Amino acid sequence: MKRSNLLLDPLLLVAAIALPFGLQAIGAEFYIGFATRVLIFALAASSLNLVVGYGGMVAFGHAAFFGLGAYVVALLMGQQITSAWIAWPVAMLVAGLAALLVGALSLRTRGVYFIMITLAFAQMLYYLVISMPQTGGDDGLPLPSRSQLAPFDLQDDLSFYFAALALLAAALFALKRMAESRFGHALAGLRQNETRMEALGYPVFGLKLACFVIAGAGAGLAGALMVNQTGLASPNQLYWTQSGTLLVMVILGGVGYRHGGLVGALALLGLEEALAEFTLHGQFFVGLVLLAVVFFAPKGLAGLWKRQP
Amino acid sequence: MTTLLKLTGLKKHFGGLWASNGIDLELRAGELHALIGPNGAGKTTLIHLISGALRADEGGIEFAGENVATLTMHQRVALGLTRSYQITSIFPQLSALENVRLAVQSRRRDWGSSFRFWRRAGMETAMTVEADEWLGRVGLESRAGVHAADLSHGEQRCLELAMALATRPRLLLLDEPMAGMGSEESERMAALIASLKGEITLLMVEHDMDIVFRLADRISVLVGGRIVASGLPETVRDDLEVRRAYLGDEVAA
Amino acid sequence: MTQLILEQGLNGLQFGLMLFLLAAGLTLVFGIMDMIHLSHGSLYMGGAYLAALVAERTGSFWIGLAGAVLGMAVIGALLELAVLRHLYRRDHLSQVLATFALILLANEAVRMLFGAQPMMLNAPASLAGPAEFAGFSYPAYRLLIIGVGLAVAAFLWWLVTRTRVGMWVRAGASNREMTEAMGVPVKRLFTGIFVLSAALCAVAGGLLGPLLAVQVGMGENILILAFVVIVIGGIGSIRGALVGSLLVGMADTLGRALLPTLLRSVASSEIASSLGPAIASILIYLLMAAVLFWKPTGLFPAR
Repeated sequence: MKRSNLLLDPLLLVAAIALPFGLQAIGAEFYIGFATRVLIFALAASSLNLVVGYGGMVAFGHAAFFGLGAYVVALLMGQQITSAWIAWPVAMLVAGLAALLVGALSLRTRGVYFIMITLAFAQMLYYLVISMPQTGGDDGLPLPSRSQLAPFDLQDDLSFYFAALALLAAALFALKRMAESRFGHALAGLRQNETRMEALGYPVFGLKLACFVIAGAGAGLAGALMVNQTGLASPNQLYWTQSGTLLVMVILGGVGYRHGGLVGALALLGLEEALAEFTLHGQFFVGLVLLAVVFFAPKGLAGLWKRQP
Repeated sequence: MTTLLKLTGLKKHFGGLWASNGIDLELRAGELHALIGPNGAGKTTLIHLISGALRADEGGIEFAGENVATLTMHQRVALGLTRSYQITSIFPQLSALENVRLAVQSRRRDWGSSFRFWRRAGMETAMTVEADEWLGRVGLESRAGVHAADLSHGEQRCLELAMALATRPRLLLLDEPMAGMGSEESERMAALIASLKGEITLLMVEHDMDIVFRLADRISVLVGGRIVASGLPETVRDDLEVRRAYLGDEVAA
Repeated sequence: MTQLILEQGLNGLQFGLMLFLLAAGLTLVFGIMDMIHLSHGSLYMGGAYLAALVAERTGSFWIGLAGAVLGMAVIGALLELAVLRHLYRRDHLSQVLATFALILLANEAVRMLFGAQPMMLNAPASLAGPAEFAGFSYPAYRLLIIGVGLAVAAFLWWLVTRTRVGMWVRAGASNREMTEAMGVPVKRLFTGIFVLSAALCAVAGGLLGPLLAVQVGMGENILILAFVVIVIGGIGSIRGALVGSLLVGMADTLGRALLPTLLRSVASSEIASSLGPAIASILIYLLMAAVLFWKPTGLFPAR
């Protein structure tokens, strides 16, 4: 199993690097934007996978950190702070702090209560954002031009794709190292037997909180990329169904599998895109496919081919 | 003869039921102290109270001179107060070695924090070596790579013990270590526990009277949430005979 | 001012009672079947659409409402037997995925059948005007809603506290394994609970249809409020659902109506005009956080 692991990442990376050039070659350049969108959602879903799959916490408010990242970048742009080198880390910081606050208050609950309370906090942010004129209310905040990632020019779709790819690759690598670190091992123990971890002397609350915060920061980064991709920080990115979509991607891809976020984002977005060619009612078939996965591929798509996460 | 653990007037109720109704107990450093009593007497509740899984409603818990009644479970473990579980509580998807290594890793005073995100824990050979040693101590060295869920019941109880030992406790609370074991396995576990005497202070909840009277330095009897007898095995045995006459076989269950 | 408070108070009561219809079923599903049921809002949407459709065809609001209840009861039963029954034993994540899929299916099915434009559902003509009492005027239709809501609440109270089935429900909410072990026909009970919750959602959907828009996605907006209600009230408790609904309904309605005015009298108008609506809209979430802080499992937890 270790051998296939070693080959998979470089292969994926090579394929991802070759993709835009391949698309250009067949005259399908407009799909580069779609591919970028997949990468961004893969990052967001992977950050949620850290919480759900590695940390064992079913969180239903991840859209809050995703949307927060987007809004931070848009707000900073409005204050003439255009450099990605500043805005994007700030987006991560703010999202991480928000996760710290939400986590500190929510992690004292568990099960259905935890799910509900994380959901509610995200909704709270949604309502705050749509009722404040500073954040553009219902319409959201536009991003007039992309962040400046000197020396690269992100206005060029190809460069932006590679920026997103680099960040996703870095994130997945970090996820790998984290899973194999002491922290990762502690998380593994946590999700299998929390009581025993407590009885062994682990600071369970602190471990969960750290996991939650790191994931929040990751989602914030994805949000920063998202607003650059769409040009708009929209309150829809904060609505609870967006948290649902992210969760669905993780579950679809395979909870706890390192590539679960990527597979899930690719599968869901790919399916929607493919269906849109044929019908206006693609969501119906997406629903059917998701139901099929629940009943026939309970460990998600990644689980179909790899037994253990 | 130093007192390691001192319980004074410990009380805990669940709704109208007083599971612990004023418990006074003293444990001496280095002894193996057995806790016996009929089912429902509150033995497991007491273990929960001492370990920190439950907060007492009234009363004091002093461990090595420190008041620990308000500390969380993991804070008490850091001080050297560990428990094992009556119903085996391990990490089923990890190997036996990984189970014990997690217990080893928990010792912040020796290994530092678990908030390390980058270095591969598997490369930390010293931890793995120590985990191996603990497995050897309980006789599981040949089963190190086996998934914990695939171990036999008896082996799982041994693993349970190894994990508790790996936290290097000063006081170990053993909740029915022999639960569900056959006679041969129980013998081996008894020998194992006997070998710990003097190294660690042990508070053992057990039903098997044979083993209790063989291993224990002192015995306490818990009935209806109260300690009704406490002292050397011979003294308690005599006392038990008297009680059996009054209460029937209930006491010596 | 008193006119405003009274009017908004009644609005809050009306909204709260309708929320109760949704929350009652939801709290039982969460509490007894331990199932994350995201598509509960879709039952409400289905009820509204069915009511609109039947009312349009027959020209009668009441027949529309009855049709919605019957129709959703049947749909609810089919749904439970075909899909949800297989989810009870699964983990929460699988339930999230499956019921989220159901939302997509429901929304899209409605779009396919009824189109993307909202549907019209009119209140019965006899109740279209205001009702006058004690020198105070209030829409008659809303009074009807309050009346129906109270009647249903009374019915549920009777069902849960006075019947054998109700006893099973309460037992199941506090200890499912024990209830099963005692020979209660759990499978049929679960189907029954689900059918009941679908019917309640249909009533709420049909009654609120004339006031709110009957459109795709209407379920998701109200579902989140129902979640807040059952968390505040305590999962598995009908009493908690009632208290929670009334609290949320009142707090939300009165908050939105009065808070901006209140704030304007104590702070500068700039702050008040932006802060007022903001706080009003998150008021119920703050309320939820406050309740959870003091009682982590809600006001009347069943377990």
